[in-house]
Amino acid sequence: MTKLKKALDVIGVPRLIIGLFFVVLVVTALSVGLNPASLFSDILRRWMMYGILVLAMVPGVQSGIGMNFGISLGIVSGLLGAVVSMEFTYTQGWFFYLGAGAAWLTLLIALIIGVALAAFVGTAYGLLLNRVKGSEMTVSTYVGFSAIAMMNIVWILLRFQNGQLRWPIGSGLRNTASLSESFGGLLSSPEVYLEPRVIAIPEGLNEAGNVTVQQPKVLGFLAIDVGDSGFVLPLGLILVFALCCLIVWLFLRSKKGIAMSAAGENELFAISNGINVDKMRILGTAVSTVLGAVGIIMYAQTYGFLQLYNAPLMMGFAAVASILIGGASIERAGISNVIIGTLLFQGILTVALPVVNEVIDVTALPEIIRIILTNGIILYALSKARGGRR
Amino acid sequence: MTNRNSGNKILTPDVNMGERIKTFMFDNKVMLVFVVICYLGYIASGSRPDTILNEVFTRISRNSFTVLSLLIPVLAGMGLNFGIVIGAIAAQIAVFAVVYWGLVGLPGMLLAVVIATPMSILFGWLVGVLFNKTKGAEMITGLILGYFADGLYQLFFLILVGGVIPATNPRFIIDGGVGVKNVIDLTGSLKYSIDRVRIIDLALGLLVAVAVLTVIRLYMHLVKRRKFTLKDLLLMVVVGILYGITYIPAIERHLYADRINLIVALPLVLAYFALKNAHLIYKNRDGNDPTYSRSRSITIIIVAVAAYILTYIPSVEALIMSVDLPVLPYVLIVGLMTFNKGLLNTRLGHNMRTVGQSNAVAAASGINVDRTRVIAVILSTVLACWGQLIYLQNLGTFSTYGAHMQVGQFAVAALLVGGASVSKATNSQAIIGVTLFHLLFIIAPQAGNNLFGDAQVGEYFRVFVSYGVIALSLAMHAWQRKKPKGSMMASLSQNGPVLTETEKK
Repeated sequence: MTKLKKALDVIGVPRLIIGLFFVVLVVTALSVGLNPASLFSDILRRWMMYGILVLAMVPGVQSGIGMNFGISLGIVSGLLGAVVSMEFTYTQGWFFYLGAGAAWLTLLIALIIGVALAAFVGTAYGLLLNRVKGSEMTVSTYVGFSAIAMMNIVWILLRFQNGQLRWPIGSGLRNTASLSESFGGLLSSPEVYLEPRVIAIPEGLNEAGNVTVQQPKVLGFLAIDVGDSGFVLPLGLILVFALCCLIVWLFLRSKKGIAMSAAGENELFAISNGINVDKMRILGTAVSTVLGAVGIIMYAQTYGFLQLYNAPLMMGFAAVASILIGGASIERAGISNVIIGTLLFQGILTVALPVVNEVIDVTALPEIIRIILTNGIILYALSKARGGRR
Repeated sequence: MTNRNSGNKILTPDVNMGERIKTFMFDNKVMLVFVVICYLGYIASGSRPDTILNEVFTRISRNSFTVLSLLIPVLAGMGLNFGIVIGAIAAQIAVFAVVYWGLVGLPGMLLAVVIATPMSILFGWLVGVLFNKTKGAEMITGLILGYFADGLYQLFFLILVGGVIPATNPRFIIDGGVGVKNVIDLTGSLKYSIDRVRIIDLALGLLVAVAVLTVIRLYMHLVKRRKFTLKDLLLMVVVGILYGITYIPAIERHLYADRINLIVALPLVLAYFALKNAHLIYKNRDGNDPTYSRSRSITIIIVAVAAYILTYIPSVEALIMSVDLPVLPYVLIVGLMTFNKGLLNTRLGHNMRTVGQSNAVAAASGINVDRTRVIAVILSTVLACWGQLIYLQNLGTFSTYGAHMQVGQFAVAALLVGGASVSKATNSQAIIGVTLFHLLFIIAPQAGNNLFGDAQVGEYFRVFVSYGVIALSLAMHAWQRKKPKGSMMASLSQNGPVLTETEKK
């Protein structure tokens, strides 16, 4: 009996409930007759897609700033990098000169710009958080919201030429920009390697105004349709996620990483060991923001669309809820929390929609479930955090 | 012991004027920046002053009650109560029920109050219990709770109503039969139900209220031996005479209206401030209260008189005469301001203030900290609920899924703009904040249109400002609070342990 109780304590009652709920949903889905291949394929895809965004929470929590609701700063850095990169590719006509490689180049440059911006913004943000010790979560939420609101103004004022980005009439960027003519699906979609894409280029480079591009079949291993069953293994995406997890894992084990975790665990003890707590917090915040930028680019790449304006507003909350349900707390978080939490959270949301559609005829229910679930989990975690003002 | 001023200077009458102005500007920097932005925006928008003035006063009547409901939790040390969204939700459920059952006008609104109030008390209690579990993180909890409650609310309105709870009226239910429509028009039912209450009915209401109060006091005197003072009797007589006056035909005619023109209301307000300060000067003529600043009172009186004289300038007069104020909302707002102030003088108010300053000290004084906090949250939630009722009846359209969500954010932003902080908020800060915040709201789209050729920019700008103001205020507040400790930490880590005088030798 005590062994059972001990196991329960380790797993945690909420995790158990959510896990069971997930299993129930999957069983219901299969029994209702949904295609298992596409179902599991979706679960895997969404799991990997959100993974890096959730991973971004870990350095923040470990360095002691609590849940980084201000991940929005990293997200908009990434979006800005992607948008600038796409515009550059278009105006320079790289698809015309470089063919299929231009898509990879766009992705790479998006990552570079996004990471550079995020590092800079994250450091400044870390400086701010150092000044508001004890109220980090509240401040970070509103700084994140303000950043998105400010970027709304930027998005609408930018006059880009890339047809995918801009409104056909009028100025400003679209709400949702399709990545099908850029780096969409490079790491996760088999169609990219099976069929060619038609990509628009600036006038004057060739008569048609567009160029047909086919990604080399050699790279087809990055996104495999297993046995043509419909189950897609997005190997590229999985590799990138695994790589990021590995980097963070190594970082947390490095001297700097351990110092950072110590700073977050017990400030006075860390100081007495000669660790500059403030610097460690800035480091954690900056790494978190950078991961946020990488995460949103990977997310957009998988989804196939770049979502600007108010779409990233609630992404921070989803990431926080994911890591909390994975067993993390507001003071401690690890990579296993990320992996398990994202699977549970995204899994439930993915499976809920088709199941609900079969059982009840209300399309809005999954969205409502998502809201209740996300915020309920965060509330539960907040009520459990002992003492410490965060 | 936190100072009355958020800066660290005690304003005694002998601190010089320059120092005083500097402190004032620093303490109210958010408000001053806002005034500048509003002024620039006003010029950029090119709107007419009378349209803006009318719109501002309408918005003040609509939103002030909700903003004022935020004051009590600040007093009790729980920061900005983002959980007022829950109160708004209670109001909306009640409004939907009343409108669905077809009741209209003031009776309908009163029924809505009767339905919403117990609900909001219950909700407020739940929120208070949750806040007690998350001491120190009430603001973020309130924020997330708002979103969570929104999810439950949507579940109720989109799935349960029409689905599980029988409701079939096609005017309110989506065509599929399940779920409530996005927008419900309150015209003809509850729109303006509070705004349109006539002064003469209010006078009758006042008479009834005072009569009931007097009877209760009389009863207490006879049965429980509580003193029935001359003042109580005098109050009854005075109110009775005032009510008798309303029967005079000449005056009665005016009182049938439900609006007062600003040209009548403004001198009344100015007179109130002038008389209050004159009374304060008289009370402190011996100079026995060191925190009282006579020059401040004199300044206020001079400003009031000057403002009154200004209203005689024809263009200013015309501007002011174009504004009509609905009576009951403003009476309610003034009532709440009085309540907020009066609460401070009661035992409950004292308890709340002690709890707000230090939980430990309060507990040591025998105050039930948890219970006081819950009461504060319940009060705030109920007031926010009533505030949302006032808001909805003036707006006239009920955005079923969106009306409550922005309440929390805009109310908090407005309060912060007025110069309040997480630890201190006053009535005047609330009103000033509402005025400035909504002024910006009014001029931003047109200004954006004129400056950037796109009104959307103006709208995004005002959303950015509302978020930014909250972020800025929260950051500044935390910054000022943490400074002393931060420097101690810094001195520990950089220079090693600090040697005391005796060791330095």
